[in-house]
Amino acid sequence: MTVSRILAALLASVLLAAAPASAETVLRIGLNDDPDALDPTISRAYVGRLVFAALCDKLFDVTPDLKIVPQLATSYEWAADNRSVTLRLRPGVKFHDGEPFNADAVRFNIDRHLTMAGSFRKSEIGEIKSVDVVNDLTVRLNLSQPLVPLLAALTDRAGMMISPKAAKELGDRFGTRPVCAGPFKFVERVAQGKIVLQKFADYWDKANVHLDRVEFVPITDSTARLASLRSGDLQMIERVSPTDLAQIRADTRLKVVGVPELGFQVIRLNVANGPKSKTLADVRVRQAIDLAIDRTALVKAVFNDEYIPGNQFVSPSSVYYNKKLPVKPRDVPRARQLLREAGQPNLAFTLILPPERDRQEAAQVIQAMLAEAGITMTLQSQENVTMLEAGKRGDFEAYFTFWSGRPDPDGNIFTHYACKGAQNDSHYCNAEFDALVTKARQVADPAQRKQLYDKATELLLRDVPALHLWHRRVFTGLNARVEGFTPHPDGIIRVKGLRF
Amino acid sequence: MLIFSLQKLLPGDAATALAGEEGDTAAVAAIRVKYNLDRPVAVQYGIWIGKVLRGDFGDSLRSRIPVADLIASKLPVTVELAIVSMLIALAVGVPAGVLSATRQGRPLDLAANFVALSGLSVPHFWLGIMLILLFAVRLGWLPASGYVPPWDDWRRNLSTILLPSIVLGTGVAGVMMRHARSAMLQTLGADYVRTARAKSVPERLVVMKHALRNALIPVITLGAVEFGRLLSGAVLTEQIFAIPGFGKLLVDGVFNRDYAVVQAVVLVSALCYLLLNLLADILYFVADPRLRGSS
Repeated sequence: MTVSRILAALLASVLLAAAPASAETVLRIGLNDDPDALDPTISRAYVGRLVFAALCDKLFDVTPDLKIVPQLATSYEWAADNRSVTLRLRPGVKFHDGEPFNADAVRFNIDRHLTMAGSFRKSEIGEIKSVDVVNDLTVRLNLSQPLVPLLAALTDRAGMMISPKAAKELGDRFGTRPVCAGPFKFVERVAQGKIVLQKFADYWDKANVHLDRVEFVPITDSTARLASLRSGDLQMIERVSPTDLAQIRADTRLKVVGVPELGFQVIRLNVANGPKSKTLADVRVRQAIDLAIDRTALVKAVFNDEYIPGNQFVSPSSVYYNKKLPVKPRDVPRARQLLREAGQPNLAFTLILPPERDRQEAAQVIQAMLAEAGITMTLQSQENVTMLEAGKRGDFEAYFTFWSGRPDPDGNIFTHYACKGAQNDSHYCNAEFDALVTKARQVADPAQRKQLYDKATELLLRDVPALHLWHRRVFTGLNARVEGFTPHPDGIIRVKGLRF
Repeated sequence: MLIFSLQKLLPGDAATALAGEEGDTAAVAAIRVKYNLDRPVAVQYGIWIGKVLRGDFGDSLRSRIPVADLIASKLPVTVELAIVSMLIALAVGVPAGVLSATRQGRPLDLAANFVALSGLSVPHFWLGIMLILLFAVRLGWLPASGYVPPWDDWRRNLSTILLPSIVLGTGVAGVMMRHARSAMLQTLGADYVRTARAKSVPERLVVMKHALRNALIPVITLGAVEFGRLLSGAVLTEQIFAIPGFGKLLVDGVFNRDYAVVQAVVLVSALCYLLLNLLADILYFVADPRLRGSS
């Protein structure tokens, strides 16, 4: 056999190998980034939540319209004073290692979230002061103060239950071999390569699991991710960029669905955080900047109208959006007048932003809009962590960030604008606002909460500690063969129920 | 030590990078204490080097996976990618250089030069996307992304490694061709080549035996340097083809301030460079027997 024949045979076998011959149903999902530790207590990255959704069931889940529904807990009941909540647990649930899920496991998990060094869950459920095991399938969470948004926190990582036995065995390295109670169990992880999950035979709701295996593949480049979807290597991709939508829509083998996100894109203004707050300390100056921006034109120009112009801490599709205060039209003369009144007719400030396409392009459009009102905005690119660090230190006049959003409105407002909010880098502090958002944490009646948030929104729009600009639509691209997909505003793909 | 200090000059630390948009100050403080990030840089370095000397590279702060495991899983991927890319570069670059030198100024020489310059100039990113669109999306012959280890399925392994290797190999082949050509031109003009021709030695033997062997020294040197560069990772190519290699590990490590990962990758890359230089020295002896005598 000649060398050329050998090479031809080798190439042919390689080409044949490109088509997988397995009879297993495997769903491959392209992620925008590689998740951090697969441990619900210390996990931080958004992208990890997509993996968790297949791996770790939670006490509760949210529906596409953000209603809290049972998952590992079957019901809840608030005490009359809203200082404790009793949860009834689903019977017959097993963790992936065969250990039973029960009230002791819930107590272990909550304690772990509250006490583990570096836990990012503590701030979400820190008001839980103790967990009582009422019986094998009932627990009571006792709170230091009423906190209605607690249940929403239990629909995310704080509500994920891991096997106590595995957690004790693996300690800090639990994330390298996670053991939960979700529809799929962990098989392997190749960092930056793939995360492989296998169907869990003893899952409590196995009738709704139609896939044998799920693989998550991080591909950071959006063009390459889309190419993998088009070639059939991937069957789903998350957070599709608006610029890629046309290609997906034009391809009959693919489809795309989108829902408004829970979060927002925001420019934080330095109101009172250190010496750099001097430039934008005057509320009239901040109002002028706000008035000089045409959000509708911005979204149209940069995002082909695929996103939603916004001005509040929730998107216009949320029940908590204050409809009396919609996105205002641009008003350049009024902006100029406000600047003159504030004695800063030639306002100049610097906007820090990360080198990321969406925000860079939007910032350039905003820069041009502000220039028409006599405002000079200088753009300064900084790598993301550096920018966030500068935000904490108060070493900024304005910076461009985003918030991924939470199902409960509290998660979108308290931490950002309450005097002691962890994200409040602007150091905005308004006692009336604080009273409203604190009260909203303590009342369970949605109508009453809505009134409180409406009033809080009024104050935010008057004081302008930040510029809420737009809300993305979370687009998921999928192969047309994938059935049973319902998009959720949190952007998380629920693998349960999907089939080919 | 230099890399360790430079990393510390970057604003923010692993704890802030981990916290991201949440900025949970209590959790950030707890992480700093747990991983000694609150201690002076010299102490942090002492702790790290002490562990490394005991064979412990620590855990990745982001994924909590032991760094030794990360290196062990990525080194074979990067080595394989580098070898296949290098083979492609050698198979294309050296013959093209030889052909080009022996036909200096003729159409084949110009064509080879044009191809070499194109290989050097075309951005890896663009070439990668084009290859994916052609071979994966349009023709469906090869997978667009991912990596399968050879011990799982060698055929799928080759199918996943082929396109990224072509992308990396193209760039190296261009440099190889240029070096091989100039070295060949030099040796072809040497006295001993003229003597060989005068003695009616067949042209094929003159080129392949007398000239090429002597022209190989700079090509070997270049090969070692390029191979070392490939081993320290090819970030863009790895990103486009979702290949879990060294380059992406390093870049993500820097962005996440994952010091343990960055230090370990730099250390292992430096060791690889040293080994390659040693290998290049050995190859000089193989290629040029005169060096054996002189030593």
